[in-house]
Amino acid sequence: MTKQRKLSYLLNLIGVAVVFAVMTLLFAFQGFGDSTTYVEGVCTTACYTIIMVASLNLVVGFMGEFSLGHAGFVSVGAYASAIVSGALAGKGLSDLALLIVAVLAGGLVAGIAGMLVGIPALRLRGDYLAIVTMAFAEIIRVVFCNLEITGGGRTMSGIPKLATFHSSFWIMAVCVTIMFLFVRSRFGRTVQAIREDYIAAEASGINVTFYKVMTFAISSFFAGVGGALYAHYMTAMIPTNFNFNYSAELLSEVIIGGTGSLTGSVIGAAFLSALPEFMRQFSTYRMLGYSVVLVLVMLFRPGGIFGRWEFSLTRLVKKIAGRGKAKAAAAGALPQAAEKKGE
Amino acid sequence: MTFSLFFQSIVNGLNLGATYALIALGYTMVYGIIRMINFAHGDFIMIGAYTLFYTVPLMVNNGMPAWLAVFAAIVVCAIVGVLVEIFAYRPVRKAGPMSALITALAMSIFLQNLAMVLFGARPHNVAAIFSLPSVTVAGVTISLNVVLTIAIGLAIMLGLQLFVKKTKLGKAMRAVPQDRDASTLMGINVNKIITVTFAIGSALAAVAALMYCTTYPRVTNNMGTTMGMKAFIAAVLGGIGVIPGAMLGGVLIGLIEVFVRLFAPGWYEAVTYGTLIVILLVKPSGILGRNTGEKV
Repeated sequence: MTKQRKLSYLLNLIGVAVVFAVMTLLFAFQGFGDSTTYVEGVCTTACYTIIMVASLNLVVGFMGEFSLGHAGFVSVGAYASAIVSGALAGKGLSDLALLIVAVLAGGLVAGIAGMLVGIPALRLRGDYLAIVTMAFAEIIRVVFCNLEITGGGRTMSGIPKLATFHSSFWIMAVCVTIMFLFVRSRFGRTVQAIREDYIAAEASGINVTFYKVMTFAISSFFAGVGGALYAHYMTAMIPTNFNFNYSAELLSEVIIGGTGSLTGSVIGAAFLSALPEFMRQFSTYRMLGYSVVLVLVMLFRPGGIFGRWEFSLTRLVKKIAGRGKAKAAAAGALPQAAEKKGE
Repeated sequence: MTFSLFFQSIVNGLNLGATYALIALGYTMVYGIIRMINFAHGDFIMIGAYTLFYTVPLMVNNGMPAWLAVFAAIVVCAIVGVLVEIFAYRPVRKAGPMSALITALAMSIFLQNLAMVLFGARPHNVAAIFSLPSVTVAGVTISLNVVLTIAIGLAIMLGLQLFVKKTKLGKAMRAVPQDRDASTLMGINVNKIITVTFAIGSALAAVAALMYCTTYPRVTNNMGTTMGMKAFIAAVLGGIGVIPGAMLGGVLIGLIEVFVRLFAPGWYEAVTYGTLIVILLVKPSGILGRNTGEKV
């Protein structure tokens, strides 16, 4: 690890910590007056939505394939984690440990589900893949509606409320960082090569199916993590929550934010999940607005608002330092996207 | 299973299947011509059903037969279909399949939520459109309403097949998907053909709405999603882009659904979607579809 990169990691960690500290202080000292608890709840919602949207962006933006069934994997994670935390509750684990175990369990089960779905489905491409992912999500929903352990189609309630803003924020930060490193790794570059031209990639000796299935599984893993947080924040859920509309909502957030930009996903998800909460009286118009914005984005900015641009704290600091002093401590050009949340 | 139950199920399956087939035709025709899954197609049924909901009482009050309302529904659906094509799909047509798919998805969300804003999220009940008695044949009671809807469905499919095969416009509609540039050179106005395709597809959705409302007279703003998805599965099953394939696929899906529901009521949707997955994995071009190779 070069010194530059170490510096850059440190800088980004500080950035995340500062955002966290500001938010915590705001909540601790009633920064939003009477509605502080409410705002804190909205921010928690934003945290797990960010994980879900960013994970979908791995498939849509970086792999270049459509998934219309992301809500299916979110629900797998949510139910799996709820079952695990229900079984382990009262076994002497602290809340945080229990949450981490549940989140990991949800992610793993969703990841395995993603792999199982991906192996047959990813033989298809484009429109057909989109439809098959949708079909799988519907099948997952029907299965949850029929199994006794998931409530048998009724609301599954009584899930311990383990997810707080603090834990959700840090889980989100870790997840986004891992996804970011994934995208920048050799593996991620391979996946992007497949997106650009899969025939050329295959001819260069890349095992296209393997990389696609793995990316799909990783995306599902993080969808499951998001679902686990959802379950332990909401404490009650019903399989019909995770229907096609939920998948479509997540997909719109990815596309509006920018396909192939994690910054876009983070900002898009945070903004779009928080916005309707603050405009409750317009809630019936929310999806109407989404759809209009989607069409406009497609017409004028087909790559989404941020396109493939990534926010880089290091670059920003460098720029400011370069403007102020000619020779400031130069940090590496490793961009980071995680800290943008909360703006 | 008794014979009467079996026969009853066949009739119900055909009824449902004919409805799916009509919707699937809309998907298939649009896909055949511009290679785009028109996600909003399912919502055209919803628009047709709402038009029926409002026009049937109007017709009855003016002393006209209730089924005349279907013409209003056809006109409204065709207009909506053409408007969606002109204002949303045409501008993004050159931008690639991904943009087209997202735009279609956005239009679907838009129409559903517009309907929710305009008509509310509560389901509405459509007044009876046909009031035919039931007859008993060989110990099996069949509602003539159902027989009539099946007959309407078959007649329309036959008519469409004749239209596409025999008329000049139909010939142009078959020529454009084969080679768009060549058909332009032959003097076919491609944009006009696409608009006509959308109008016909949406009109078929209005007829499907009539058939659906005869059996299940409930209208909700999101009724199009499940209907559309199943009809789309039917189109893929039969071979998307192939008109007889959509009819075959529709009837098959209808029968599968009715019979699975007899044995495992909770699971019939999973079986329908499972069928799609199996078909796509075994023969991605569908039962009647032709396999086209991929060029580098």
